[in-house]
Amino acid sequence: MIEAFFNIEIMKAAWPIVLTGLWNTILLSLIVVPLGLLGGLILALLASIRHPLVRWPLMAWVDFFRAFPPLVLLVLLFAGLPFAGLELGGFACVAIAFFLNTGSYYGEIFRAGIDSVPAGQVEAARSTGLTRMQAMRYVVLPQAVRNVMPDLLSNTLEVVKLTSLGSVVAVPELLYEARQAQSITYNPTPIVMAAVIYFLLLWPVVRLLSRLENRALAGRR
Amino acid sequence: MVTNHIVDARAIHKHFGTLHVLKGVDLKVDERELVFIIGPSGSGKSTLLRCLNRLEEPSSGSIVVDGIDMLDAKTDINHARRRIGMVFQSFNLYPHMTALGNVTLALRKVAGKGRAEAEALGRAALERVGLAERADHTPGQLSGGQQQRVAIARSIALEPRVMLFDEPTSALDPELVGSVLEVMRGLRESGMTMIVVSHEMGFARNAADRVVFMDDGLIVEQGPPAAIFENPTQERTRAFIGQIQRH
Ligand SMILES: Nc1ncnc2c1ncn2[C@@H]1O[C@H](COP(=O)(O)OP(=O)(O)OP(=O)(O)O)[C@@H](O)[C@H]1O
Ligand SMILES: [Mg+2]
Repeated sequence: MIEAFFNIEIMKAAWPIVLTGLWNTILLSLIVVPLGLLGGLILALLASIRHPLVRWPLMAWVDFFRAFPPLVLLVLLFAGLPFAGLELGGFACVAIAFFLNTGSYYGEIFRAGIDSVPAGQVEAARSTGLTRMQAMRYVVLPQAVRNVMPDLLSNTLEVVKLTSLGSVVAVPELLYEARQAQSITYNPTPIVMAAVIYFLLLWPVVRLLSRLENRALAGRR
Repeated sequence: MVTNHIVDARAIHKHFGTLHVLKGVDLKVDERELVFIIGPSGSGKSTLLRCLNRLEEPSSGSIVVDGIDMLDAKTDINHARRRIGMVFQSFNLYPHMTALGNVTLALRKVAGKGRAEAEALGRAALERVGLAERADHTPGQLSGGQQQRVAIARSIALEPRVMLFDEPTSALDPELVGSVLEVMRGLRESGMTMIVVSHEMGFARNAADRVVFMDDGLIVEQGPPAAIFENPTQERTRAFIGQIQRH
């Protein structure tokens, strides 16, 4: 049992490969999280224009990409785009899929945050001559982000977990590299290593999230 | 449009969907005048104030403030609004900023002042409302009365030509009302033109130049405080004054 899952020799051998994977997972997260945040912010800002011509297409967009399984979206981009004459690498496909999928989730969170700021805040800002965009930037967004910080963090946690989807399209992130190591060594130990690393990577975020959520509850009381 | 009034609103109508809220209001205000607006709930007082700085778009009519046609599409509305301070019932301070941050935001982003100059002007404005030593407090650390005074400082820092007050003391505990009225009295003495929606009858009596009574989207009657409070000519005014004096 220990031979199979916690084989020290195999750990030593697989370590460099798994480490490369970890590094790539971090890199991938550092790209797709800001991309998702940016996509979400754009969607939420568009949603704050309460015009029906903006509102309905936007709602359809967000609903569509939230309902679409991200794995299917990713495979579709990876396998489908070449037929449209667009040969993107796995990495680019992951970036696009995350922009579309997680951007829609982040967008809904930002939108809820913006809605949570009382209308009087904008009125006060506009009454002093701030433009609509200035009021959004200096008055509404800082409060909106603070109000939905736990949701943003929890979504970010999901996004980092979802980067393991990259293994499906041969992006050499943690899970992919661990599986490579596994197939070379004929031993599941590298997968266990990956699991432990994911846990160690995300556990502090989970703790932080619990604390934020508790504080939010206490604040509401 | 030629006018010698600092505020000249004519034939203002406002519809919210099928609801006709303002039904042709004329309001002219002289420089340095303090006009009090009273009237029952829902009579359109707030809507009228909000039309004056175009927080609310009037359905028709004309509004000229300090020579600027507020409803002209060519008017830079953000520039025009700098000249019209507004104080809200619920203060609407920015909770994520200090008192000084609240006061300097528009100084920096609208008036284009540098940080140092904005902070000097901001501190001077806080000084005028008696809160110089609270500059670094956030709204959550201030009492309601102090918050409302910061809100007043936020407006006067921009050196407006007119100040609009929408029930500035209605959300305050009774013991905090006096400090805000004191600041308003000081503003009046410095020559500020003020339009005040409020039910503080004592303040109206000894500070207002004119009291305007609104009902059902129209100005029913207006005149000096003594005349309106002691000898109203309209039945509706009499009924309303009687009602609030009984409370
Ligand atoms: N944004 C809005 N949409 C729809 N109806 C509105 C809106 N704002 C105000 N109203 C309606 O317009 C009418 C006048 O409202 P307004 O707030 O101007 O009255 P008010 O005289 O200030 O009353 P109060 O003393 O209660 O503050 C009310 O019937 C109100 O419900
Ligand atoms: Mg009102």
